[in-house]
Amino acid sequence: MEKILSVEDINVYYGAIHAIKGISFEVNEGEIVTLIGANGAGKSTTLNTVSGLLRSKTGSIHFLGEDIGKVPAHKLVEKGLSQVPEGRRVFLQMTVQENLEMGAYTEKASTIPQNLELVYEQFPRLKERYKQVAGTLSGGEQQMLAMGRALMSQPKLLMLDEPSMGLAPILVEQIFEIIQNLHKAGTTILLVEQNAQMALSIADRAYVLETGKISLSGPASELLHNDSVRKAYLGE
Amino acid sequence: MIFLTNLINGLSLGSVYAIIALGYTMVYGISKMLNFAHGDVIMVGAYISFCATSYLNLPAWVSVILAMIVCTALGILIEGLAYRPLRGTGSLAVLITAIGVSYFLQNAALIIWGSAPKVFTSVFSGFGSSISLFGGELTVTWEALFTLVAAIIIMIGMTLFTGRTKVGKAMRAVSEDNGAAQLMGINVNSTISMTFAIGSALAAIAGVLLCSSYPALMPTTGAMPGIKAFTAAVFGGIGSIPGAMLGGILIGVIEIFGRAYISSELSDAIVFGVLIIVLLVKPTGLLGKKITEKV
Repeated sequence: MEKILSVEDINVYYGAIHAIKGISFEVNEGEIVTLIGANGAGKSTTLNTVSGLLRSKTGSIHFLGEDIGKVPAHKLVEKGLSQVPEGRRVFLQMTVQENLEMGAYTEKASTIPQNLELVYEQFPRLKERYKQVAGTLSGGEQQMLAMGRALMSQPKLLMLDEPSMGLAPILVEQIFEIIQNLHKAGTTILLVEQNAQMALSIADRAYVLETGKISLSGPASELLHNDSVRKAYLGE
Repeated sequence: MIFLTNLINGLSLGSVYAIIALGYTMVYGISKMLNFAHGDVIMVGAYISFCATSYLNLPAWVSVILAMIVCTALGILIEGLAYRPLRGTGSLAVLITAIGVSYFLQNAALIIWGSAPKVFTSVFSGFGSSISLFGGELTVTWEALFTLVAAIIIMIGMTLFTGRTKVGKAMRAVSEDNGAAQLMGINVNSTISMTFAIGSALAAIAGVLLCSSYPALMPTTGAMPGIKAFTAAVFGGIGSIPGAMLGGILIGVIEIFGRAYISSELSDAIVFGVLIIVLLVKPTGLLGKKITEKV
């Protein structure tokens, strides 16, 4: 198994606040890896550091063997790293299709129609609404759009930040089904979730984040049955 | 007929404001800053055109292209040297810097061209003075006509550019959410540079059109139209391209009508009075949108 992403001992600060305190983890080809933890544990900060929106003061981040710690965020998409940000952040004033085109910004114009077709196949709802302005979509549809947009660059690693946030339970299940489908189709996935139950049930491996540190890690099925995880994150 | 003449003059002046306001509104949209030096770029554009025709004897259209090239470079330079290093440091620092750049440009012009007004020769002087309609009852200057036509072409061009082209769409994406745009692989810095370049090229055109109708060219020539265009951009809804066009035209018409029918001394006060009333009733401006987030 090829190592897709390897993060070693990163420390991230927001001004004087030490948000990430020496985190290391890795993602192998074909895996779903999840980072779970409470609100404010540093999950999104970790993802944003990997995608280059934030910078680590120490350590290293290797993507497909290349040190990307100093590569600007916009250059990582070409390399095969794609992130669905927290809160979806679709371009609300642009149409569904325009949003998807933005996702393929670094792709050659000739490959866009075929990528669009693939995304529409995965998300038929988006095809129905391709001319609609994204701001008029429902929360679930916006999440699908954000995911479809991230897939337009045909990423080698798809990072999802809280895809279930603010969605009704039925939609959460739908979104997780889509994540599993993407995984089956061969996409490697790094999933950040507060919904630990759902995340652990689909992931291969998991890391538990607590106030900027990794407190536990292991196969997801083991963590799902770990007593302290059940108490802290699964509400038992 | 006097009414019609006033209306045409108002539309023409408003077209100049609209073209300047486009630059204000696009730059605000993409970098969330008010580029108060934008008005002075107009002045630089007008001086370049003036020098090209008066000193180098170049044809008028060449002088316009030259002014656009110089202003484009100036816009990119201002953004790169003055604003980019301050990105992410808070809006106040950038605002003060913009005012500083504005004074810098005015004083540089003062050193280069002196304080005495230059008499700008209209770039449309080759067409003759004006067109007479209705047996001489209505006269329309070529300047007014071409200014209107230029504004319409620019508006259509910008609408197509932002709606159809990849770079134009990227600009809209960065305007809406530059973090998400970076995650798409869009280079935010170069997109912002591009916006300054386009805004400044438009400012050059506005400078030439303005001075063709109002020929006294001084280092402070761009200051007041700059403020009026800023007003127009806010009036129409800052960040909105059609808003800038609408706001610009309305401000121009209000100013000319105020001058013709109420008082020439009070025309500026009337313009800003209308702005205040509009903002009290609709704080986002005429076409400004309030974005609600869905969870």
